[in-house]
Amino acid sequence: MKKLLFLCLFGLAAAVTYAGGYRVSLQGQRSLAMGHTGVAVVNNAELAFFNPAGLVYLEDKINMAVGASAVFSEVVWQNDQFGETYRTDSPVGTPFYAYFSYRMNDWLSLGLAAYTPYGSTVEWPTDWSGSHLVNNIDLKAIYIQALASVKITDNLSVGGGPIYVTGGVNFNRNLNRTLTDLEGNRSNVTVDASGVSAFGWSASAMYKPTERLTLGLNYRSEIMMDAEGGEADFENIPNSPLTPFEDTAFDASLPLPAELSVGVSYQLLDKWLLAVDYNRTYWSVYESLDIDFANPNIPDSQNARNYKDVATYRFGMQYLANEMFTLRVGYYYDESPVQSGYFAPETPRNDAHGFTGGLSVNVNEKLSIDAAFLYNRYKEVDESYNYYSEDGQNVPFEGSYKTSAFVPGLGLTYKI
Amino acid sequence: MKKYYKYIAVVLAAGVLSCEPELETPVDEMGTYSNGEADFSNYVALGNSLTAGYADGALYITGQENSYPNIMAQQFALTQETNDFTIPYTNDNTGGLLFGGNVIAQNRYVLAVGENGEPGPARYTGSQPTTEVLNTLDGPFSNMGVPGAKSYHLAAQGYGNPEGVPTGMANPYFARFATSASTTVIQDAMMLNPTFFSLWIGNNDVLGYATSGGTGIDQKNNTEPSTYGPNDITDPNVFNLVYSGLVETLTSTASGGALVNIPDVTSVPYFTTVPNNALVLDGETAANLTGFFQAVSQVFAGGLMQQGVPQDQAMALAAQYALTFEEGPNRFVISVEPSDMNPLGFRQMTQEELLLLTIDQGALAQGYGSVRLTPEVMQVLGVLQSGGQPTEEQVNTLFGAVAGIEDADVLDAEEIENIKDATAAYNQAIAAIAEANGLALLDANSLLTDIAQNGYNFDAGTVTSTFATGGAFSLDGIHLTPRGYAIVANELIKEINKTYNSTVPQVNIGNYPTITLNNEVN
Repeated sequence: MKKLLFLCLFGLAAAVTYAGGYRVSLQGQRSLAMGHTGVAVVNNAELAFFNPAGLVYLEDKINMAVGASAVFSEVVWQNDQFGETYRTDSPVGTPFYAYFSYRMNDWLSLGLAAYTPYGSTVEWPTDWSGSHLVNNIDLKAIYIQALASVKITDNLSVGGGPIYVTGGVNFNRNLNRTLTDLEGNRSNVTVDASGVSAFGWSASAMYKPTERLTLGLNYRSEIMMDAEGGEADFENIPNSPLTPFEDTAFDASLPLPAELSVGVSYQLLDKWLLAVDYNRTYWSVYESLDIDFANPNIPDSQNARNYKDVATYRFGMQYLANEMFTLRVGYYYDESPVQSGYFAPETPRNDAHGFTGGLSVNVNEKLSIDAAFLYNRYKEVDESYNYYSEDGQNVPFEGSYKTSAFVPGLGLTYKI
Repeated sequence: MKKYYKYIAVVLAAGVLSCEPELETPVDEMGTYSNGEADFSNYVALGNSLTAGYADGALYITGQENSYPNIMAQQFALTQETNDFTIPYTNDNTGGLLFGGNVIAQNRYVLAVGENGEPGPARYTGSQPTTEVLNTLDGPFSNMGVPGAKSYHLAAQGYGNPEGVPTGMANPYFARFATSASTTVIQDAMMLNPTFFSLWIGNNDVLGYATSGGTGIDQKNNTEPSTYGPNDITDPNVFNLVYSGLVETLTSTASGGALVNIPDVTSVPYFTTVPNNALVLDGETAANLTGFFQAVSQVFAGGLMQQGVPQDQAMALAAQYALTFEEGPNRFVISVEPSDMNPLGFRQMTQEELLLLTIDQGALAQGYGSVRLTPEVMQVLGVLQSGGQPTEEQVNTLFGAVAGIEDADVLDAEEIENIKDATAAYNQAIAAIAEANGLALLDANSLLTDIAQNGYNFDAGTVTSTFATGGAFSLDGIHLTPRGYAIVANELIKEINKTYNSTVPQVNIGNYPTITLNNEVN
C-alpha cells in the first residue's frame, strides 16, 4: 500500500484534466469541496474569484484565503489495431490562489486576487505514436485582479475589476511521423514564449431575496494571449536543402475563453448549505492553433481545434458539524469542449464526473485550515484527431483514451 | 478529531488508488492478443541482407532496428512473454565495414541534392565507417540475417571465419558475430533453441547473377556449390536440398515458423528504373541514326559478298543491322557475344529486357547504347553517301562507332529467363517445404509484384516501388526501406496468424520512415 502510494504520488502524475479544455477549476478549497460551486455562496475570500460582489457581505474587516492543489493526473492512450500503448508522465500540477479583501465601509469592499484558472501540463513519452501532434506542452497563466464590491441595497451588490494576465507556453512536437536526421533522431520543434501578458475583466452581482436564499452571477471576459516573437527551436533536422528548417521566431495566439456563472444557494436548518452553479465557458473562440514562423521558408503550422461552448453543472453541500469542523461534499458534471474528430492528445479530454469533498478546521477565531479533494471520473473514449496531414492527405490519429485525476488541496482562511 | 483523520486517510488512499487510469481491454497486458498455437518466446530470424535490415547499400543501426524480424518480435511480445530479440548491431549509422582498419564495405546512400538542384542517391561521406569486422560480438543473436548469404552459405562451415574474409571465403558480416571460426549460421541459430523461426533465404542465389547483369553462370545441374562463383545462379536441386535441411534443423526445436519466398527481379527498381527505351531522339538525330545503321548494314553486306558469300545470304544476315529509329523514345542498342548469326555482336533491346540502375547515365547521354557519331564517323558516312568505297580503316571506324550497352549493364532475354526459371523452381521448393512442415509462407514474389503494379495502401497514401520516391525501396534499389520492411512484417504476421490461429497485431506502416535526406556527400 505504501509503495503504491509512493508510486502514485511521485512516479506517475499530472496532466491537467479537471475541467474542459485547459480550464483548471481549482480556485478555492472550500468551493472545490462543494463541487466548485460558489457564485452564490458567501463563505470566505474565495468570493474574489467566484463572485466579487459578495465580498461586501463578509462580516470581518479583513479576509484572506490562500491555497494550492496538487494535481495527480494521468492519461493512457492505446491503439488496439497496432498494439500501441502510451501513458503520460506529467509532473504534478500545482495551481494556487491568493485572495484578499478589505472592507472600507458598510457598502464598499476592495480586494486583490491572484489565481490560475487556465493551464496545462501534459508530457507524453518522447517520440510516442502521437509525437507528430505533441510530445509535451506546458501552458501557464496567472491572473492578477484588483476588485471592488459595492452594496447597492441591503440585498443587492455588484462587483468586479480589471484582470492582468501573465503567462507562457512551451510546446514540443515532432515535425511529422517519420522525418529523422542521419542518426535516426526524430526532427522536432519546440515553441517557447514566456512573459506574454494581456488584460481582461470580470463583473458580478449578488442578490439575497431572503435571509436564506442567495443568487449570484459572474462573468469573466475572454482574454487573448498573443505570443509575439517567441522562439521556435528546430532540432534533429536532416542536413539537406529539402528540409530548410532552422531556428526562428514565431507568433501565435491562444484564447483564454470567457466564462459565465450563475448559481443559487440555500441555507437549510442553520447547519446546512446547499449550492448549485451553472458555468458556461465560451470555448468556440478556439478555432485553430496557428503558429506563424518568421522564416518564410518554414511553412506555418495550422492545427484545427474547433472547440465548442460548453456547460458545467455543479452541486455542493456544507454541514456545520460543530464549532471546530465544517464538512463539505459536492459533485459536478463537466462537458468537454473538444468535438469528435478534433480529439488532440495535447488536451485529451472528454466529459468528466467530478466528485469532491473536504472540510475546514477552525484553529481559532481567525484562522481555519481548508482541505479539499477532487476525484475525476472519465469514461474511456475512442476518439481521433483527423486534421493532421501528410502530402495533402489527412491522417487521423486515433485510439482509446482514458484519463484519471486526483487532486488533493490545502488552504488557509484568515479573517480579522 | 482522530475520527476525521481516519476519513482523510481513506479519501486520500482511494484517490491515489484510482490515479492510474485503466482501459477496459489494455493491450499492454497479456490476454488481449493471442499467440495461438505458436510459441514466440524465443524467436530467431535467419536470412540474408533483407533479414538483417540492410538498406541504402549498407548495414547500419537504424536499418537493423527497422528490420522486419525486429518489428515482428516487438509485436510477438504483445501476445506472450518473450525473450529479448537480440541484434548484432553495427557501430554506427554511417554504414560500411572495416577489416583490420581498411574499408571493405562502403557507406550508405543518402538522398542528396546535386548542384543542378536535382535530388539523387549519393554515398554519405560525413564520416568513415567505424564497424570493424575484427571487433567480434558475443553471438549468437536472435537476428541471424547475414548480408550476402546464399542458401547454401547458412550451412557452410567457416562462413564466419575472419581469416577467410580477405580471400572471399568467409562473410565479413557473419565473421563479426559468429561464435567460432568453424561454426555455421544455422548452428549458431540453433544454439538459441528457437521456439519460432523465420527464414528468408535464396534471394542472393539469383540476385548475384542479376545485379552483375548476368555475367555469372547458370549452374543448373551443377550440384557442387563449392565450384560456384559469386555471380552464379544456384542449381534448384542444391537449393531444395539445402533449404530442406535448414528447415528440418529448425523445426527440430521450434514449434513453428514462417518462410518467405523469392521476389521477381522485375518487381525491383534496381532493374526497372532505367527504361530500355530511354533513347529519346529528335527527328533529325533519329534520321541520322537510321542512316548510319543502313550504312553499316550495306557495308557489312558488301564485305560479306567480297568474301564470296552469296548476295541473298549476305543481305539476309546484314538486314539485322539496318536498325531504324524514330522521333521520340527508342530502345537502346546492346552488345552481345558475336556469333555466326550476329557477327557484329550488337542488336537493339527487346521489350522485356532490362537495364540496371547502376548504368552510367552520363555515358548514355553521350551515345552509350547507340552510336558515337564523331566527325570521323560522319566523314565515313559522307564517303558512303557519295558512292565511294570505304577503306578497311574506315569500315572499322564505322563499325566501331556502334556503342552497344555492355553485358554487365543489362539483363537480356536469356538471362531474365534463367533468373525466372531458377526463381520459380526455388519458390516451388519453398512452397512444398512449407506445406510439408505446416509452416506459414509469405509469397513475397506476389507481394512485391503487386506493390510494383498497384502499390500498397496505407493511412497516408500509397507505397509504390518507384525508385527513391515510392517509399518501399531504399536508395540501393534492391533492399527495402523501414516502411517496406514494415509491410513485409505485416504480411508475415498475417500469414502467421492464419497458420497458427494467433492474433498478433500488425504495425502502422505510416510510422516507419523511408529514405534519409543528407547533403554530406563530399
